[in-house]
Amino acid sequence: MITKQKTNRWKYLTQGIILENPILILMIGLCPTLATSTNANNALGMGIAASFVLICSNIVISAIRKFVPDSVRIPIFIIVISTFVTTVDYIMQAYTPSLHKVLGVFIPLIVVNCIILGRAEAFAYKHNIIDSFLDGLGKALGFTLIIVLMGIIREYFSKGAIFGMIIGPKALISNPMLFMIFPPGGFLLIGIFKAIINKFILNKEVVE
Amino acid sequence: MVTNLLLIFIAAFIVNNILLMRYIGLCPFFGVSTSFSTAFGMSSAVLFVMLLSTWVTWILYHFVLIPLDLVFLRTAVFILVIAALVQFVEMFLKKNFKPLYSAMGIYLPLITTNCAILAVTFLVIDYKYSLLQSTIFSIGTALGFGLVIILFSAIRERLEFAPISRSFKGYPIAFIAASLVALAFLGFVGLFGLTL
Repeated sequence: MITKQKTNRWKYLTQGIILENPILILMIGLCPTLATSTNANNALGMGIAASFVLICSNIVISAIRKFVPDSVRIPIFIIVISTFVTTVDYIMQAYTPSLHKVLGVFIPLIVVNCIILGRAEAFAYKHNIIDSFLDGLGKALGFTLIIVLMGIIREYFSKGAIFGMIIGPKALISNPMLFMIFPPGGFLLIGIFKAIINKFILNKEVVE
Repeated sequence: MVTNLLLIFIAAFIVNNILLMRYIGLCPFFGVSTSFSTAFGMSSAVLFVMLLSTWVTWILYHFVLIPLDLVFLRTAVFILVIAALVQFVEMFLKKNFKPLYSAMGIYLPLITTNCAILAVTFLVIDYKYSLLQSTIFSIGTALGFGLVIILFSAIRERLEFAPISRSFKGYPIAFIAASLVALAFLGFVGLFGLTL
């Protein structure tokens, strides 16, 4: 029984990273992924901000799930989430003002990020605090992983740098692929990511 | 004055198109752009709700939140007001305007979590627009949303019958098609001196 619970918990944590990756498999939370992954720094900032909100709201919603009447649960989820979003908004404004300025409207928009409301409804409302924390952490890691990966690729091709450090070949720096920093590059990249996932994960499951 | 409003409209409509240039509202974009009729229903519902919610939140922000010094509650208040407004509109249409309700009824609940609506209400405040400018901005944005989603639904309908390799079927090819459409829209940057 205890081992089963342990494997379950391990599954909650790891599932979010690849097999139930919110962006690539569930296809939710696309807006911030595409909009803020123009360089690795912004992507990491967005990833951490959304992760904080996701984990905190999962914990709180799981903690209050027994007092919340079924019929008004969605407005209550939204209030919990928007509390944490406002917190993140003001913390970032105070400590990382330049990042806050770049991310702009996307920080308050975390409140309508489908990943967070989706996990609150599908998981945290039905599971205990520890499981919800692990689930939130797993999904947050999956989200951050993909957004930072996209940030790194887009920054490398558009500036020849990663996290602001110039490492690309001279040819790339003198002729950067500016296309990648603009919206079309983001769409193209996520299309390719999704195709790779289809090739190696989804199709295999269908065959089995 | 008129030039200013026209520029706001064109910027919101094409140059800073909410879907392709700002990347806001992508979930319904890929979800409902599979056929012309759903795309049309969704975009008319967005136009309607976006205009209403921009008015309501603008008035609320300038006449309630600022005088009471409650600006930090902006996020929570706006999302709740929009959710309540959408519910109210749904009930009102169901009772009084049956044909309109049957045209966009099922899209209304989806709109509550559509980030495009919330984003516009935040943007008009961040840009310090007046009520008239906000109105123009939200109409332009909603029409831009409709333009792209309807154009894209035509592409998706063609993609259904195209011979595509198995891994690229469905979402991947839709993203790559969106990338090409976005590339076309990138050509509008610089129109009348408007930039991203």
